[in-house]
This record gives sequence, C-alpha cells and structure tokens, in this order.
Amino acid sequence: MKEFIEGSHAIAEVIKSCRPGVISAYPITPQTHIVEDLAQMVADGDLKSQFVNVESEHSAASVVLGGSATGVRVYTATSSQGLFYMQEVVFNIAGMRLPVIMTCANRAISAPINIWNDQQDSISLRDSGWFQLYAENNQEAVDFHLIAYRLAEDKRVMLPVMVCMDGFILTHGMETVDIPEQEKVSKFLPDYKPLYKLDPAEPISMGLLADPDYYMETRFAIQETMRKSVGYLSEISREFNDVFGRDYKDLLVEEYKLEDAEKVIVAMGSVCGTIKEVVDEQRAKGKKVGLLKIISYRPFPYARIYEALKDVPKVAVLDKAVSLGAYAPVAVEIKSAFYGKKKGPKVISSFVGGLGGRDITMETIYEVFRRLSAKEVNFDFVDLKPELLKEEYGE
Amino acid sequence: MKEIRIHARAGQGAITTAALLGFSYFNEGKYPYAFPNFGAARMGAPMNAFVRVDSDPVRLRSQIYEPDYVIIVDPTLLRGYNCFSGLKEDGVAIINGKEDLELPKLKAKQGVFVVPANEIALRNIGRPLGNTALIGAFAAATGELKLENLVEVVKKRFSGKAQEGNIQAVKEGFEFVKKGLK
Repeated sequence: MKEFIEGSHAIAEVIKSCRPGVISAYPITPQTHIVEDLAQMVADGDLKSQFVNVESEHSAASVVLGGSATGVRVYTATSSQGLFYMQEVVFNIAGMRLPVIMTCANRAISAPINIWNDQQDSISLRDSGWFQLYAENNQEAVDFHLIAYRLAEDKRVMLPVMVCMDGFILTHGMETVDIPEQEKVSKFLPDYKPLYKLDPAEPISMGLLADPDYYMETRFAIQETMRKSVGYLSEISREFNDVFGRDYKDLLVEEYKLEDAEKVIVAMGSVCGTIKEVVDEQRAKGKKVGLLKIISYRPFPYARIYEALKDVPKVAVLDKAVSLGAYAPVAVEIKSAFYGKKKGPKVISSFVGGLGGRDITMETIYEVFRRLSAKEVNFDFVDLKPELLKEEYGE
Repeated sequence: MKEIRIHARAGQGAITTAALLGFSYFNEGKYPYAFPNFGAARMGAPMNAFVRVDSDPVRLRSQIYEPDYVIIVDPTLLRGYNCFSGLKEDGVAIINGKEDLELPKLKAKQGVFVVPANEIALRNIGRPLGNTALIGAFAAATGELKLENLVEVVKKRFSGKAQEGNIQAVKEGFEFVKKGLK
C-alpha cells in the first residue's frame, strides 16, 4: 500500500515483513529510527523476534553473526563510526558465509566530527566480502532489502548484503513509498532454511583457523561467488518484478538517457535523482547528456558498465567519498573497466562532492557538466569554499 | 513544483510541521518530499525543515534555496538570519508572531502573514507550539491545501485532548488569515 512515510520507518516496516528471528543494534548515535521502530514492534508483540540491545556496534555485529550461525534470519543497522567499530566482525560475517543483512544509513567519518551524509563509511568497507547495493530513493531502499535477503540466502551465494541509503536525505526524508504487503513478501521470501547451523544436537564448528594450506581458497571462493552473482541479481530482479511489479532490470546499473549521450555522469545513491533533474533540463535544451546510476558497487559490474559507456565520449564520475592519496573510489573502477579495451570514453574525469553533508544542488551538477571537457581531470572537488582553504600557521 | 522552507529551532516541531504538510499534500494526490536539515544536534539550535511537492515523485534532493513559501515558527530567528533569502518574487511568508513584529522590507508581490500562532496554541493546547495554527494559516494564505484535509491529517497525528486542541488551532489559524484577506 502506498504511504507517505519516513525512510527509516519504511525500512522498519519492510524488515518486519521479512520476519528476522534476531535483531541487534546499538541504540545511540549514529543510529536511525529503523531499529527504534523495530524494538517497538518487538515490544508491542507485532514482530516475533529477539531484539538484543547491546553496548556497542562491535557487539551488535557479533550478535547477528551468532544469530545467523544458529540458522536464523537476522538484521542490524548502523553507519559511520558505528560501521567502523563493526569492521572486524563485518569481515568475519562474510568469511563465515553468513547471510546477514545490514542497512548502512550512509554518513561521513570523523575527524572532524560530522554526523551528516556522504558515502565514506560503506565505501571504506568495500573489500569485506559484503554485497553493497545503493538506493536512489526510499522505494528502492525498501525493495533492495527484500532483494538482499533473497540474494544472501540463495544457496549459490551465502554472503551478507549491505543496503546503503543516504543518511538524512533518505533515512530522515518522508516520501511516498509502496510498502510491500506481507502476503507478497512471504511469497517472494520464504522462511530461511540454512545449509548448516550451530546446533547442540549435531555439533559443528564455524570460523575456524585456516592455515596457509587452506586460507586462500576461502577468499577465492568468495571472489567466484561475487563474480557469478552479477547474473543472480538479474534473476532475482525478474522474480521481484513478477511479484511486486517494479522492474529494476539487471539490478547492477540504471541507464538514464544514455542513447546518443555525449556527456554522462556516473554516480550512486540519492544524488542520482538530482542528476536526473539536470539531465532532463539539459535534454530539453537539446544537450546530449545522461546518467549512469550504479546500484551494485559490490560486485562491481565491469562488463555491464563497459556496455553502457563504451560509445560515450566524455564521462564524469561523481564520488561522495574519497580514497585519500589515490583516485576516488568509483572513478577508479570506471577507469579500470576501460583499461586496455578498444572502445571507451576519450575522457573519464573524476569529481568529489557532497562530503560531510555539503549540499549537492542542481548547480553542483551543472558545474560537473561544465568541468567535463576534453581535458581529463582527477582529484577535482566541487563546491569547495576557497575562503576556507587559505593556510594559516600559528607563531 | 512548489517548495516550502520552514525556519525553527530544534524542539519546536518543524519536522512535525513538514510532515503534516506532507501528509496533506499526499492526501490530495500529490508527491511530497519532506525532510529536515539539522544543525548542531541540540535543543534550541536553529534548524530548517523543507517540503518539496510535485504532481510526480520528487527526485531533486538538495535543500531549498528559492522557496515559494516560507514558514517561520520562531520569530526570534529574524534577528540573526535572513529567513526570506531566495523567497520567490510572488512568494508568501507565514510568520508566527505578534502584530507589532518588525519585518524587513519585502518585494511588492511578496505576501506576509503574521499569525499569533503561539497565542492560538496556548489557548487551545495549553503549550506555545504554534505549528498546527501555522499550517492552518498556510492553507488559507496560499490556497495550496483544503482545511478539511488538514483537519483529517491532524486528527490522525494526535489523540485525546491534544487532538481536539490542535484541530481547533488549525481552524483558528486558517480563520485568522481568511479574515485578514477579506
């Protein structure tokens, strides 16, 4: 049913319909309303689940790791410093092939302290073995959680999924969302049946020591699964469309007005909506511009991106995160998708914007298109304030 | 597309105001996007909430710099901020304040409605939370929303005594502006 609802509340509603047996979270900043709502649902008896309130995100991640290992569907949410505090366990969850689902309400990283939105938190955990799906709006954020459970629990996959939604812009933004009906969710997402579980009746061990004779194969296995999952995403997307009537195509990217486009911006998350507005305005004036929205950052769909951009002369990648001392995180992937290939853009320029909640306006996007010229640029930040960049030293 | 910017201090209910306006637009078949912009996370800090609404789902995610409408929940903000910054040539401002409130000079076609929303709230709710009176005034001043619809939304949002008082506050805010327009 269509509702006017805050992003966080919408996520809590969809998680409820996914029927997790264990939910664990640290309830204080940088937390959102998502787990507050879920705790209320459990307390009110509307959701039969064990809600474990913990003293840190490290413990929250450990609780859902343990819960998942006992063969139960689990859920947690965090962002920013909280995600970093989880990091050790985040890698363990993937290494143990546990289908944990987490919402990352994307926020900036300290220092300086900043509670606002960018995507540095999840991007920094890109190598952990988790899938990462980025939502443009709250409908996508809701739907991607359903898809996340299906994907994670697929016997061919058995890996955790992080659904990334921009903090504040989406989590605290209210808009119209079609909340999936329970009946349809149950059809699309049946109860979780684990391959293996911790069970005193039939004891097994998980997450054991793997010495140099064994460790590398575990990493290779995850890499292979990630590679093949590019195809599984399309499969699950089709089934999702059959049940819910919303078509996310291959769930890897969304092409927006790319046919005949001469200048294209590549981006992830809610900023794609703002870019679409600018693309429409520019197209109305006869300018051949477009957007390539990346949904799946891990696995990164190199082949799909090659197909989408191979005939585009100029590409700008707009990152909402940085890799200090190197090319920006999404830009580096886009560039490598074309390395050594016959076809491809003449120019792939890299821009960084929106860090720490700096507002990305339509004017920001116009500026990116303006700076996208025949001369390739890297390390280019948009919307910097020059007056704040003057160096001053004490006596 | 219409854009509303709400100026308030944290704790004065700006998010609720944005939400109530959003629900009302939603009920009238529109696609609102209501969102806050927090400053420092403490009570009393100046903050904004926004509503952007269109007949299609809103994709633009930036804050609002050139609003069609401005709602000022706390008139003390007029001292330190230009709350009218970017207000459209024919924009409308609804201000919670007393009759003798000092206002900056506005453009010829811009409309200003000073509404004693806190007084209305005190009389009906017992607390100086003028938000519901302000949305009533907003509906009357702009013609954007129907009064019955606002009443329905407030009925759903509040319960018990607060419900009664807030419904009355919406109506009085609406009537105050209507009377002034005659």
